[in-house]
Amino acid sequence: MHLLEAFRLAFRTIRAQKLKSFFSLIGVLIGVTFLIAVVSIVQGLNRYMVDRFANTLIGANTFELRQRPNIITGNVTEDTWLAWSRRPRISYSDADYVRERIHTPATFSKFCTDRVSVHYGGKVAKDIDLVGAEATYFGIRNYEITAGRSFTPQEVQGALPVLVIGSELADKLLKGMEPLGKSVQIGGLPYRIIGVVAKQGTLFGLSLDKFAVMPFNAPARRLICPINILDALIVRTSDPSTMVQAMGEAEAAMRARRQLKPWQENNFFFQTADGALGTWKKISRILFLALPGLVAVSLVVGGIVIMNIMLMAVSERTREIGIRKALGARRADILAQFVVESAALSLSGAVAGIGFGLALAWIVKAVTPLPASVAPWSIVIGVVLGISVGIAAGVYPASRASRLDPILALRAE
Amino acid sequence: MTSEIIRIRDLTRGYRMGDETILALRGVSLDIRRNEYVAIMGPSGSGKSTMMNLLGCLDTPTGGEYWLNGQEVSRLSDDALARVRNREIGFVFQTFNLLPRATALHNVELPLVYAGVGARERRSRAAAALERVGLAERMHHRPNELSGGQRQRVAIARALINEPSILLADEPTGNLDSVTSEEIMRVFGDLHSAGQTVIMVTHEADIAAHAERVVVLRDGRVETDQLTRGAAA
Repeated sequence: MHLLEAFRLAFRTIRAQKLKSFFSLIGVLIGVTFLIAVVSIVQGLNRYMVDRFANTLIGANTFELRQRPNIITGNVTEDTWLAWSRRPRISYSDADYVRERIHTPATFSKFCTDRVSVHYGGKVAKDIDLVGAEATYFGIRNYEITAGRSFTPQEVQGALPVLVIGSELADKLLKGMEPLGKSVQIGGLPYRIIGVVAKQGTLFGLSLDKFAVMPFNAPARRLICPINILDALIVRTSDPSTMVQAMGEAEAAMRARRQLKPWQENNFFFQTADGALGTWKKISRILFLALPGLVAVSLVVGGIVIMNIMLMAVSERTREIGIRKALGARRADILAQFVVESAALSLSGAVAGIGFGLALAWIVKAVTPLPASVAPWSIVIGVVLGISVGIAAGVYPASRASRLDPILALRAE
Repeated sequence: MTSEIIRIRDLTRGYRMGDETILALRGVSLDIRRNEYVAIMGPSGSGKSTMMNLLGCLDTPTGGEYWLNGQEVSRLSDDALARVRNREIGFVFQTFNLLPRATALHNVELPLVYAGVGARERRSRAAAALERVGLAERMHHRPNELSGGQRQRVAIARALINEPSILLADEPTGNLDSVTSEEIMRVFGDLHSAGQTVIMVTHEADIAAHAERVVVLRDGRVETDQLTRGAAA
């Protein structure tokens, strides 16, 4: 009997017993749903973490020389936290010293930030991230200026009170107005807006557009940094290998400057995108390790259910088997019929599972800020698993069917 | 080539019951010619059913020879027997044995599926076969939507679809009323007239009377083997 024929027959049988078929394939359905949904969500999270979280907060090929980590994704003990706090902070002269000793081509920017209020007319925008940085900062962060311009090294040198603002600040504080040239107040001093940065979107539901960047030496620096102290020195190179090289040079310079002995640990920290992702990578690895186990359990259960259903089908349809044998079906024909039926049953479960999994991923995407992203390979695996479970579960019942004696089978009720 | 379509020599079939072997057939020899219309009769326990199973290649004998259409079939493997059943034998059963969930058309197609005939040809041949038994209108009905006589006609169409050497009927009227029985017997008679070899196993004498030759079995042996009056005339 042709395989296509067997499939047609199998689907006809499945359709004839819809409810029974549905219950028998629910195990496979759940297994595959789980596979698709978890893979999609983890992959989506993964992409989110890499694209948005790490690259937005730190940036590719970029490291920050800091006193201690500022992006903390794991658990930190109190002792560690205390030790971090006792470290010397990064001073201007530290930054200059390191900058002189990095010979790898790189772009630098001093960096300080804190939350401030920005006033315009009678209105106040609270909790605005005010950043003090150098002219290179916009390039390092890949900020696109949609209106006006960024500030120049001369303006940084001259500590001019100018601002480049995020799009949300522009929209909220200066609603319906042309922001360029407007004078806003920070800490009682006027700042002239000279540029607006393109919309950056959100991260975990929080806006990334509520910020203002001013020249590092501008007067409001006292609001965001103690005197002579930096939050970070940002260093960006052209590619990952030069970044590692520059980081090595920076580490050597800092250790020399702080006169650390070889056995002493660094009392400073390099924040990188990879570093910030460390904990997340551990979590996603565990999820991906646990996933096959969870999927396997539901598929084994699903397979056993299907095997039982097929054994029942064989005994219910003994007479049909007898008729088919009398009319010339060989053992292989009967075997193929029931194996294909089992595979088709299981495949239907897998296909429904893929549908449910996609729907689940879509729902997660729609109601949470996490962008679930469907992995095509997980669909392929779902289909392959579905068929394999069906075949594995169908072989034993099918071989029992194929070995039935036609005379006894014809006599069955 | 002889004109014998069936040649049986000293056929035995024993069943093991514990330590004993019970012989259902104790050496039957029988020749059936092409285009003969034979009824096999006998009381229950005579070996009638065993004979039917052996003739239909559903079972293999423990001794003796069975030649069907020039081929020795008594020593064939299961799969080879399946092929012989498919090509050489058309079954008509007392209980019709149609697939309940399949339409008349699909039931008739079934032997062609196992013969490896393509879907389109199957369909047209099955439709033509149903037309021949007067069921063109009922092609897409399921067995439970058909009367007993119609079901048996579907079964006959199915039995003939592969142009078998023998049409083997097992109590074909056992589940039918007398009017319908007569109707089915007319179909058998017409098939015989058209050249079909028909073998019918029955315990009803008036049904057997439609055949031109009656073989009576008793205790696993042929008791009588004679032509009926109708055939002699």
